[in-house]
Amino acid sequence: MTSLSAKDKNTVKTFWAKVAGKEEQIGCDAVSRMLTVYPQTKTYFSHWKDLRPGSAPVRKHGATVMAAVTDAVSKIDDLTGALLSLSGLHAFTLRVDPANFKVLSHNLLVVLSTMFPDDFSPEVHVAVDKFLAAVALALSEKYR
Amino acid sequence: MVVWTDFERTTIQDIFSKIDYAVVGQAAFSRCLIVYPWTQRYFGGFGNLYNAAAITSNPRVSSHGKVIMEALEKAVKDMDNIKATYAELSALHSEKLQVDPDNFMLLGHCLTIVVASQLSKAFTPEVHAAFQKFLAVVVSSLRKQYY
Repeated sequence: MTSLSAKDKNTVKTFWAKVAGKEEQIGCDAVSRMLTVYPQTKTYFSHWKDLRPGSAPVRKHGATVMAAVTDAVSKIDDLTGALLSLSGLHAFTLRVDPANFKVLSHNLLVVLSTMFPDDFSPEVHVAVDKFLAAVALALSEKYR
Repeated sequence: MVVWTDFERTTIQDIFSKIDYAVVGQAAFSRCLIVYPWTQRYFGGFGNLYNAAAITSNPRVSSHGKVIMEALEKAVKDMDNIKATYAELSALHSEKLQVDPDNFMLLGHCLTIVVASQLSKAFTPEVHAAFQKFLAVVVSSLRKQYY
């Protein structure tokens, strides 16, 4: 996959400014969808009491994930560096199969599409998709 | 044998009764060509696909988007026989069009995103799951005749 062009980075940053303030809602919806639409992902959360859409652990985790993604937007010029310790966490502690990064990314795109139908144009879609793929790649750095 | 719950059945019928095939077809298909540009390889005869604006305004893209939606409707009308319904289309995509079947879900993703933007809050996680299952069955049926 190609690296992010200046245009991609600008598009992502501009769109993300619109997302500001709604991170928790977006994160909660994305994680809820992931667990509902791709039930195999529930295997990573067997320690939660409640895996239903919008439940407390789902909401909290959605906020955590979105905060990290928003942080990555601000460090878009060096995603590998920015995500180094999170990569270690996913590789050594959580041991999430990296294929699942695509799954969560897709669900994030669906949520953005429902919440920002007029702004989430094909051009924004491709830039955000590329960005999330780059984030996933940076998260996979430490796996092997 | 695919087993559909009552919820899944009504949800799929409901979605397809609500959407405008021309609008959604054009939006989903053009999005696929823009977001996953390698899919353009199958549409060499479509004229100008040079950039997003060209793709979005290309008349062959919009008419083909509608063709795709009408083909999906066949599956919606007979949800218990999708494999049989798509046997011919599967052979077509494999033997004549020579489409890499991994591309089918790319179009599926774009269709999900367009339907999500149309239905907005009504596209709940449960509705989304039913739609994803339907797409998975369609894709699996389209892959059946590949060898």
